[in-house]
Amino acid sequence: MTSYFKQFFGNLGDAVIMCARAIRYLPTLPRQAGRLLDQCLFMGYATIPLVILLSVSIGAVLALQIAFSMRDLQVNQFIGSIIGVAMVRELGPVMTAVMVAGRIGSATTAELASMRVYQEVDALTTMNIPPERFLVLPRLLAMAIVMPILTTASIVTGWIGGHLVVEYVPWINLSTEAYYQSLREFVDVEAFIDGLIKAEIFGLLIIIVSCHIGLRTSGGPREIGQAVTKAVVVCITLVLAVDYFVTTFLLGA
Amino acid sequence: MTISRNRSAEAVDVRVEDLHKSFGSQKVLKGVSLEVKPGEIFVLMGSSGSGKSVLLKHIVGLEQADRGTVTIGGHNAADPATRDAISTAMVFQAGALFNSMTVFDNLALFLREHRLCSPSEIRQRVEAAMEALGIKDAAKKLPATLSGGMRKRVAVARAIVMQPQVILYDEPTSELDPVTGATVAELISQVRHDTGATSFVVTHDRDLALGIADRIALLAHGELIFVGTPDEVRNTTDETLRSFMNPQVKAVPARS
Repeated sequence: MTSYFKQFFGNLGDAVIMCARAIRYLPTLPRQAGRLLDQCLFMGYATIPLVILLSVSIGAVLALQIAFSMRDLQVNQFIGSIIGVAMVRELGPVMTAVMVAGRIGSATTAELASMRVYQEVDALTTMNIPPERFLVLPRLLAMAIVMPILTTASIVTGWIGGHLVVEYVPWINLSTEAYYQSLREFVDVEAFIDGLIKAEIFGLLIIIVSCHIGLRTSGGPREIGQAVTKAVVVCITLVLAVDYFVTTFLLGA
Repeated sequence: MTISRNRSAEAVDVRVEDLHKSFGSQKVLKGVSLEVKPGEIFVLMGSSGSGKSVLLKHIVGLEQADRGTVTIGGHNAADPATRDAISTAMVFQAGALFNSMTVFDNLALFLREHRLCSPSEIRQRVEAAMEALGIKDAAKKLPATLSGGMRKRVAVARAIVMQPQVILYDEPTSELDPVTGATVAELISQVRHDTGATSFVVTHDRDLALGIADRIALLAHGELIFVGTPDEVRNTTDETLRSFMNPQVKAVPARS
């Protein structure tokens, strides 16, 4: 048990140091512009179709479930507000984070672990190009830029999913105007900002963990596969654990 | 073949003193001391697992010593600041080329990242290195599409583009056929001739060592047991060195 905690805090310390080193190279950002753009495009293109698909589906199913569960209570007018708040405060950020962990976190760990195993990271070090500057910083900044965009897409498409169900399922008996009216009443700018803050925290956690696990991989192809699995599991577990505390903090604040 | 020369940065010496390194309970280096003179081709030989590559990693600052020191031109090799003071290039055993970049971008990376010259000068220097090593046609190819010999050439080209004061070669002829291996050996001596850089070669290729080395050292079980010129190696009476340089193959006859 002691060794487990020792390992956990050791890894945490190493990840913080890696992150601090990457941030130290922020003044080199102009020469990283190309790589930053590449990473933004990769992260955005790779994830946005999945995020939209999942969010539309969740928004639609949620509308259906709420309408069905509350059919006897005659409170259909709250469908919009429930979906609105659920997507903006919880489902949007968390689902996006899970998608990003599966899609970007795994790809990042696989790429960096492979570079580590095949000595490309050592080659960078001998060329006096710090891996934190060349590999970590562009990914960190790209995630900071892309995560709010993806989360906004998730929230909005989740709302649209609910809208589609309300519009095309006759027995729900609710107009789209009433759906959006109800949504607007409960969703304000503050809720939206809270959702984006959560998403940003999740995104940065995912990219730091993925880079850290990738860069300390050693061995061969089997270890690369293990590193990828580990990164995804750790990222999703961390997102779910941190979610509770961040939500408590944001609601309290 | 002529490689562009820049002697503005002089070759420097490499000193290893009482170097110890263990991984867990396994002692890999047990007090190794050696000196490589500026501009010299120093070949370190030894059987597989004798600690050659670990010693090389200490020189390039990729490993930290348990005890002892490694200095390059008087600077501590383990100190990251040494990389700013002394230009050191390493040719990795498997090339360690960046697989996501073309050959040209692999060669240009160091110059671009350190903003050492203008884009046109970078192109000129990279093209000169590719021309010298006969890899100009591969400029737009990805490393994964190249043969083993070509990858070694690209790795050497990437090193010389850096105009280093010290070049370290890790098993430069491994996985190559004898003819390509001989070409790579010639390349190492040509690079030294044209750049004047100190060259430290780790290998177990006897022909490479005897062909290009100024001095040869033998590492066995983590200890340096011999340092001498190629002639001294050829005429040695040391039994360990003789058996390493002239291994006897006792073939088992086919069943009748």
